[in-house]
Amino acid sequence: MGLNEMHAEAVAGVVDRVINRYRRDPTCMLQILREVQEACDWVPPEAIDRMQAMLGVPRTKIEGVAGFYSFIYTEPRGKYRVLFSDNITDRMQGNRALMERLCSNLWVERGKVSEDGLVSVGKTACTGLCDQGPGMLVNNYAIAGLNLERIDEIAELIRNKVPLADWPPAYFRIEDNIRRADILLNADFTPGEALLAARARAPSDGLNASNMRSWREGLPSGIGGPGATLDEIKRSGLRGRGGAGFTTGLKWEACRNAQLKAGHQRIVVCNADEGEPGTFKDRVLLSKCPDLVFEGMTVAAYAIGATRGFVYLRGEYRYLLDHLNAVLAHRRRQNLLGKDICGLPGADFDIEIHVGAGAYVCGEESALIESLEGKRGTPRNRPPFPVTNGYLDQPTIVNNVETFAAAALIALRGGEWYAGIGTKQSAGTKILSVSGDCERPGIYEYPFGVSIRQVLADCGATDTQAVQVSGPSGICVAENEFDRIIGFEDIPTAGAFTIFNKSRDMFEVARNYVHFFQHESCGFCTPCRVGTSLLKNLMDKLHYGSGSPYDFAEIEKLNQLLQSMSHCGLGHTACNPVLDTIAKFRPAYDKRMMQQDFTPAFDLDRELSSARQMTGRDDAGAHLETEHGGQS
Amino acid sequence: MSYTFTLDGKVVPFVDGQTIIQAASAAGIFIPHLCYHPEFKPHGSCKLCTVKVNGRHTASCTMRAAPGMVVESETEEINAERRALTQMLFVEGNHFCPSCEKSGNCQLQATAYHLGMMSAHYDHFFPNRAVDASHPEALLDFNRCILCSLCVRASRDVDGKNVFGLSGRGIKTHLIVNAKSGRLADTDFTLADKAAQVCPVGVILKKRQGFAVPIGERKYDKAPISETAETTEGR
Repeated sequence: MGLNEMHAEAVAGVVDRVINRYRRDPTCMLQILREVQEACDWVPPEAIDRMQAMLGVPRTKIEGVAGFYSFIYTEPRGKYRVLFSDNITDRMQGNRALMERLCSNLWVERGKVSEDGLVSVGKTACTGLCDQGPGMLVNNYAIAGLNLERIDEIAELIRNKVPLADWPPAYFRIEDNIRRADILLNADFTPGEALLAARARAPSDGLNASNMRSWREGLPSGIGGPGATLDEIKRSGLRGRGGAGFTTGLKWEACRNAQLKAGHQRIVVCNADEGEPGTFKDRVLLSKCPDLVFEGMTVAAYAIGATRGFVYLRGEYRYLLDHLNAVLAHRRRQNLLGKDICGLPGADFDIEIHVGAGAYVCGEESALIESLEGKRGTPRNRPPFPVTNGYLDQPTIVNNVETFAAAALIALRGGEWYAGIGTKQSAGTKILSVSGDCERPGIYEYPFGVSIRQVLADCGATDTQAVQVSGPSGICVAENEFDRIIGFEDIPTAGAFTIFNKSRDMFEVARNYVHFFQHESCGFCTPCRVGTSLLKNLMDKLHYGSGSPYDFAEIEKLNQLLQSMSHCGLGHTACNPVLDTIAKFRPAYDKRMMQQDFTPAFDLDRELSSARQMTGRDDAGAHLETEHGGQS
Repeated sequence: MSYTFTLDGKVVPFVDGQTIIQAASAAGIFIPHLCYHPEFKPHGSCKLCTVKVNGRHTASCTMRAAPGMVVESETEEINAERRALTQMLFVEGNHFCPSCEKSGNCQLQATAYHLGMMSAHYDHFFPNRAVDASHPEALLDFNRCILCSLCVRASRDVDGKNVFGLSGRGIKTHLIVNAKSGRLADTDFTLADKAAQVCPVGVILKKRQGFAVPIGERKYDKAPISETAETTEGR
C-alpha cells in the first residue's frame, strides 16, 4: 500500500465520524470535505462513496463542491502538501528561489507529487503573511519568515517523515506586528460589557418583554434595547470595513425589518475570508481581540433579532481555529453566548466557525453564503439581497471582522463618540495592513483621514514609487498622489497597503495581480472565466517580448468588457491593476512593447522548453533562433 | 397587474414577476441568449442576454422588469460586447462547425451568425478534453461545452436524476457526470431524459443519427435564430 492509501473501511470510519459530528447535514459539505482531508490527506473516491450514502446527495454535487476549492484534493497530493504563498510581496521577498531550493532538496517538480507520494510543492495566492513573508502553508498550517536555512530544515523534516505536530513550534509562530494602535487595537475591553451597555440602553419600563419580542421578531426601531442599539450604530456613521463601505446601520435595519417566514431565523455572518492580496488585519484582530469581534456579532444579533451566527474563516487561517473555538466555549460558559444571554430571557444566539478552503471569491458576500451552505462559491444573482434572502433563504447580515469589532465599541461607548473620530464622511478608524518596501511592515490603525504620505513616513518607506491600496481590486497610487487620504471620500480601502519602491517593475506587479484574478475567477460567467485568461495571456505575451501596440489595445478592450459584462465584483475589478498601472506607469508598458506590428504569442523556442526539460538539455543545439528572443 | 417598460424605444408590457427577457420574448422581441431557456430557472451565466437598464449593464434573464425601465438591447455597443463574449466561447472550447453534427441546429453557431461574428478574434485555447462514448445511446463531446448548465438543470429539476454537474473552478470549470467512474454509461441517463434534449451546442448527441438532416436544411439554415420561436428552443 502506498503512503496515500487507506483501507476503504478506515476511510468510511473517518467519514462516519466527521459526518455524524456535523449532524449529517449536507449544508456542512465543505466542512466535512475539509475534515475528511485532514484525516486522509486527500478526499479519496471511497470517501465520496460514503458521503453520498450518508448525506443522500448526488455524487455530482460532492465532486462539484470538492472541485471548486483549491485546498480540497480529489487526487493524492502527498503526506506533506507544501504551498508557497505567491503574492507580489512574497515574490519581492524571494519566494521563487526558496521554492526551487525546496523542490531540488526533495527531488520534486513544482506542482507535482514526489514519486514516493510523500510530498508535493506548489504555490497559492497570498496567505496573509506579507509583513513576515515569505510565507507557506504545510497541510494548511501557516509558516512565516522563510529563509534558505529554514527551507533546508523543512526539507529534512519531510524527508525524515517527522509528523507536522512534532515540527519546531517556532515555525508556526505568527507575529501580530502591531505598530500603531488606536481605539480598536488599544481597546481596554471586558467581555460582556458591550452587551450589558446595549441592554442598558433600553427604556426601563417593560425592558424584558420588549427585548424578548424584539429579539424574536425584530420590531421596528425605537422599541427597547435592540432599537436603541441600532440607533447608536446608525448615529456612529459606521460603514463596512470589507471594502464596499455600505452603511452598517442601514444593512442591519433592512435585515431587522425583513419578514421572517415560518421556521426561519435571522443570521449574523462574520466575513473573515480575508483573501485580498496584501491584507492581514483580520488575522491580527482575530488573534489579538477575538472577544471584541464575537461581542460585536452578538451586539448585531441583539440589534436585529438574530439567533444564529457564523464566522467564515479563510482556510489559510486554519491555525487560528482551535483558539477561536476555545474563546467561543469560554463565552458560552460566561453566558455571553447560548440561551438567555446576560440573563435576558429569549436572548439566544450562538456562533459556529466555518473554515474556507482556498477560494478568494468566497469573500464576496453571496458567494460566502453559498459556501456556508456547503456549495460551490458562486456569487448569486441579486436582487434579492442577503438582508432578506441570505443563508438558507433567511434574512442575513454579512459584515467584516473589523466592522463587528467597531460595532462592539459603539455599543459600549455610543455612536456620537465614534462619529467624533476620523473625518466627517468617514467615521472611526481604519486598520491598515502595511507591507512591501518599508522598514516596519505590520498593522497600523489610524483615524480615517490619514494621508498616504503619513503612513509611508510612519512605516519607514523611502524612495517609494507606488502604493497599492486595498489590494489588486483597489487602486494604485503614484508619488504625485501621496497627499491623498484614506477615507470613503477619497481612497476607500479594505486595509491592504502594499508599498513598491523605485526599483520595482510596476508591469510585473500588475501581471502578478492579473494571474491572481485568473486563478481566482469562479468560472460562472463567460466574461470573467474566459476574459481573465485572455488578459493573463496578453500580459504574459508582453512579458515575453512579443507585445505590440495591438496587444495593448486588446488589453484595454478586454478591461472594458470585463467591467461592463461580469457577474460580480471580481470580474469588475480584475482590470483595476492593469488600468491603473497603464495610466500611471505607462513607461513600464512601453518598454514591453518590443514589436512594432502584431506578432503572434506563439514562440516555437519556448514551446520546446518541455522537450528540453525531459531530455535534460539546455545547450545551444536545443534552442531555435527566434526573431524576438525576449526573456523567460 | 400589468405594466410597461421600453425596449429600444418600443413599449413592452409585462406582468409582475416577469424578467426582461420573458417580457421581450412574449412581445416577439429577440434578445440573444445561450444559458437561458424559457422552461428553466434563469441562471445568468453566459451574459449574452446583457442589456442596459437605465444605462447600467445587467443580464436580462435574471433582472425582473419594472415599470418605466428604459432598456437598450440592439445597440452597436451591446452587440459588439455580445460578439466578444461569443468569440470567447469559441476560443475557450474546441468548436469545429464543419464537422459537427449540431451544425445548423447549434445555438452558439446561430448566435455567432446573428451577431455578425466573422472570426474567433482571440487566440484559441485548444483545451485537451476527452470524449465520453461509453453510453450505448449517447455521446458526450465535452470539446463543445459552453458551461450553460442547461443539462444540469434539466436532469436535476425535470428528470430528478442529477446526471450532470459542474466541477472545477475558473477556466478549469467542466461538466461532470454522476458516476464514480466518471462515465455516462455508469449513470441512469437515457435519451428520453429532458437533459438529452436541452444542450444548445453539440455536447450531448444521439448516437447513430449522424447528418440525418442534411446541412442546409437544418433549423437555423432555414431561419435565423432571431426568428425562431422560443418554445421550440433546443429541440
